[in-house]
Amino acid sequence: MAALNSILFFFLSALAVVSAILMVTRRNIVHGAVYLITTLLATAGIFLLLQAEFLFVVQVILYVGGIMVLFVFVIMLVNLDVSLLRFQFNGQRFVAGVLALALSAQVFLAIWMGRNSLHLPEPAASIAAKNTEAVGDALFQRFMLPFEIASILLLVAMIGAVVMAKRRV
Amino acid sequence: MNATIPTDYYLWLSLALFTIGVIGVLTRRNVIIILMSIELILNAVNINLMVFSRMWGSVDGQVFAIFVITDAAAEAAVGLGIILAFFRNRETLLADEMDMLKW
Repeated sequence: MAALNSILFFFLSALAVVSAILMVTRRNIVHGAVYLITTLLATAGIFLLLQAEFLFVVQVILYVGGIMVLFVFVIMLVNLDVSLLRFQFNGQRFVAGVLALALSAQVFLAIWMGRNSLHLPEPAASIAAKNTEAVGDALFQRFMLPFEIASILLLVAMIGAVVMAKRRV
Repeated sequence: MNATIPTDYYLWLSLALFTIGVIGVLTRRNVIIILMSIELILNAVNINLMVFSRMWGSVDGQVFAIFVITDAAAEAAVGLGIILAFFRNRETLLADEMDMLKW
């Protein structure tokens, strides 16, 4: 069981990281979108390893089934030969790479110094069996107000997207 | 035998995805790829929320992850709407040609 968990974790992590790197470096946007879908599915598998079954389903249905379809749809709509341009990376890539690596080195140091205080408890079968129920309870009791605000946010985003995509504003 | 993977392994994975996303945002010229890199960053954050939720035995982190996914959906819808409107006017998708506010 432990070995299976480790094998799954390392396989999914490697899949996520490799397809993320491919997503950022590919020339073709459609390939990038497909690699991002692979990363998101691998992350959904990681959620399942962490006993977040509800989030696994949300990730697959909403991210992969909703957001990424929207991305691919827009890529099809605006597809001219922009993906085959010579300069896919902008002029600041060396500075940007150094800055991003500095940022990640800081976070690396923080995790490295605190890693001994981090440990996952053993999986509790009783909690894992009722994950969706627990999430629903929290969402509709303690997080009721943020939930309603999120619904207003979605309404605003929907109206905004419709207005912005209209031909004549 | 410990059946679980240490927490910091998940944090390393999250850090790797976050760094790749930041590099994508900062170096690519195509706006759609920049938006996709932002989705990657939000996804890395979600892994962190999920592993700490698991570590403390509470579902609050998962609820926050749901809100993050909601925000990602709203952001993708509005951002892609803006990209469509911009593409209709300027016929370009490159971030460094979006300089109308610089004049």
